[in-house]
Amino acid sequence: MYTTDLSGKGKGKAEAAVAEDPALVAAFEARVANDEFIEPKDWMPEAYRKTLVRQMSQHAHSEIVGMLPEGNWITRAPNLRRKAILLAKVQDEAGHGLYLYSAAETLGTSRDEMTEALLSGKAKYSTIFNYPTLTWADIGAIGWLVDGAAIMNQVPLQRTSYGPYARAMVRICKEESFHQRQGYEIMMHLAAGTEAQKRMAQDALNRWWWPSLMMFGPPDDKSPNTEQSMRWRIKRDTNDELRQKFVDITVPQAEAIGLTVPDAALKWNEERGAYDFGDVDWEEFYAVVKGEGPVAKERMQARVKAWEDGAWVRDAARVHAEKRAAAKLAAE
Amino acid sequence: MSDASKEWPLWEVFVRGKGGLSHRHVGSVHAADAKMAIEHARDTYTRRMEGVSLWVLPSAQITSSDPGDAAALFEPAEDKVYRHPTFYKIPDGITHI
Amino acid sequence: MDAIATYALRLGDDSLILGQRLGEWCGHAPALEVDLSLANVALDQIGQATHFLNLAGALEGEGRDGDKLAFHRDVMDFTNCLLVEQPNGDFAQTIARLFLFAHYQELLFTALTASKDARLAAIAAKAVKETAYHATLVSDWVVRLGDGTEESRARMIAGLDWMWRFVDELFVMDEVDAAAIEAGVGVDKSALRGAWDQRIDAVLADATLERPAARRPVLGGRSGRHSEHLGHLLSEMQFLQRAYPGATW
Repeated sequence: MYTTDLSGKGKGKAEAAVAEDPALVAAFEARVANDEFIEPKDWMPEAYRKTLVRQMSQHAHSEIVGMLPEGNWITRAPNLRRKAILLAKVQDEAGHGLYLYSAAETLGTSRDEMTEALLSGKAKYSTIFNYPTLTWADIGAIGWLVDGAAIMNQVPLQRTSYGPYARAMVRICKEESFHQRQGYEIMMHLAAGTEAQKRMAQDALNRWWWPSLMMFGPPDDKSPNTEQSMRWRIKRDTNDELRQKFVDITVPQAEAIGLTVPDAALKWNEERGAYDFGDVDWEEFYAVVKGEGPVAKERMQARVKAWEDGAWVRDAARVHAEKRAAAKLAAE
Repeated sequence: MSDASKEWPLWEVFVRGKGGLSHRHVGSVHAADAKMAIEHARDTYTRRMEGVSLWVLPSAQITSSDPGDAAALFEPAEDKVYRHPTFYKIPDGITHI
Repeated sequence: MDAIATYALRLGDDSLILGQRLGEWCGHAPALEVDLSLANVALDQIGQATHFLNLAGALEGEGRDGDKLAFHRDVMDFTNCLLVEQPNGDFAQTIARLFLFAHYQELLFTALTASKDARLAAIAAKAVKETAYHATLVSDWVVRLGDGTEESRARMIAGLDWMWRFVDELFVMDEVDAAAIEAGVGVDKSALRGAWDQRIDAVLADATLERPAARRPVLGGRSGRHSEHLGHLLSEMQFLQRAYPGATW
C-alpha cells in the first residue's frame, strides 16, 4: 500500500540553506533529469536524502499500520480460501514494509529510528488506515479501492530516481498484483449475494470511497513539495492527475457489479473524456493527518503494544547471538 | 527506545533463482545471527518460489567501490574494443569460429 | 463418519486450529521478519487443514467439504488435540506450543507418506516438507529464548510448563487409530514417541533447559472434550457463517 507525502508546508527550507557545492548539485540534477538512478553512496543533496527518507519511511509505516485493519478480519474470514488469501495478503504488507524500511536504511537511517518516529507520533502514515473495518465487505473494499489507489501511486515509482526505492517498488508492484483483484472478487461476490451481503458491500463502498480519494494527497495547489519531488523523480504524477485516473477507472468497476459510488456530483464529462466528481472533504483529511482519524488511537496502541511486548524477544535473540559468538571465539 | 547497538544487524540477501544461475541480490533482512538471517531471508524473499538457494551476508562486511572513482575504475575499459568478438571481421562462409 | 474419515478429520482439525491461532499473531509479532515467519507457518497449516478436511468430507460422502466441516461444527465435534487450541500467550508460549507440535507433526507426516491411502500419503508428502521447516525454525527459537536473557529463559520455561500437560495426548492411540492402522492407512503414533523425545531433549539441551517434569496428562480433544478456549476460538472463526446462514463468500 501507499502513503502520499504528508509533510507540512515549508519543510525543506532549512535543508536547502545548507551550503552545497553548486557543481555537485548541478551534476546531480542533470543525472536525475536524464532519468539515471541515484545509488546509496552517490553524492546527493541533503534535502533529497531527507525527503526520500521521509517518503520511504512514511510509505513503510503505512504498510505496517495497514496490516491492522485487514488483520482485524483474518480470524473471522468466512472460509478457508478467503482466510489463506487474506493472511497471505496481510503478510505481503509486512514484506513491503520490510523492503521499504530496507531501502530507507541505505540512506543511513536505522529501522529502529524510523519505528521510534512512528510510535512517538512524529512520523506520518497513510490516513486511510485510521478508518475501522466493520464488516467483511471492508476487506473487499480495501483490496479493491485502497490497493487500487495504491497501485496507481506505486506503478510510476518503479521508475523513481533512487535505485533502492525503485527496486523495492518493482518487487512490491509485482506482489501486489493479486491484492486488488482479490478485493474486487470479494465485492463482486457480495454484490451478487443475498440482500444482506449486497447491503454490506454498498455500505463498505460508501465508507471507503472518499477516504480512498484522499489517499492521493491534497489538491495540487495545496501540495507544496510536488514540484521539487517531480523534478527529482521521487514523484512522477501529480495528486490530482492520479485521483482523476482512479475515479475514471473505478466508477465503471462499481457499475459493473451493481454498486453505486456515493457521490451525487459524479457525472461523465464527454468533453474532458473523464468523470467530474464532488469535492473531497479536505477538512476531514487534514484532521486525520493530524491524528484525529476514528481509530488512530487504536492503530497506534496496537503498534506500540507489539513493539513493547516484543522487546524481550529481540533482546533475547541478540544476547543469545552474542553468547554463542563469544563461546565460539573461546573455543578457537 | 531506539539504541543502535540493540537492533538486530542488517544482512544482505542473495537468491539463486534456479539451478545454473548465480545468486542475485534481492534485498535485506534484520537478524540476530546467521541462521536467523537465512530463515528470515527464506520467509521474506522466497514466498513465491523465487529461489532454490540463499546466501546471507552481514551488510557491514561489504566493501564497495567508491562512486567517486567510477571514472578511473570503469571508463578505461571503454576503448578496449578488441576484447569483444564483434571487433573481428571474418569472411562469410567461415563457420565454427 | 467412519474411522478413516475421522482419521483425516483429526489431522485437519489439528492443522486448522493451529493455523487459526498463529493467524492471530499477524501484525503483532516482535519483529517484522518474525511476523512473516509466523504467517508462513499459519498458511502452511491452513493449507494442510484444507486438504485434510476436504478429504474427510469426501470420505464421509455426505456432501460436506472442508469449509462445511471447519465452519459448521460445534466444540464437541472438533477432534483436534488440546495442545493446538491453547492460547498464544506471549511469544514464548506460542513457540512452546509450536515446538512440541511441529516435531510431532513432522514425525507423523513422515510415517503417513507410507499410507495405503494415496490421498493421505500425497497430502503428507507435501506437508512433511513444510513441517520439517517449522520444526527447525521453532527449535532455533527455543534455543534462543532458553539461552537468551534471564527474562526470555523464564518465559520459555513458563511456556513449556503451560503446554507440557497436553503432550501425552499427541501419542495416545484409540479405536480410530487402531482401525486406520489395521487398514494400512494410519500411523502408530505411540511408536513416534521415542524419536520425538530424542528431538525435544536435544533442542532443550542446546537451549540449556530442563525437560519439564512429567505430569498427569490432560486428554479428551480427540473425542470432543476440549478446553474452554476452543469455544471462543470457534465463535470468532465461525462468526460470518453463523450470522449469515446459507450465504456464500
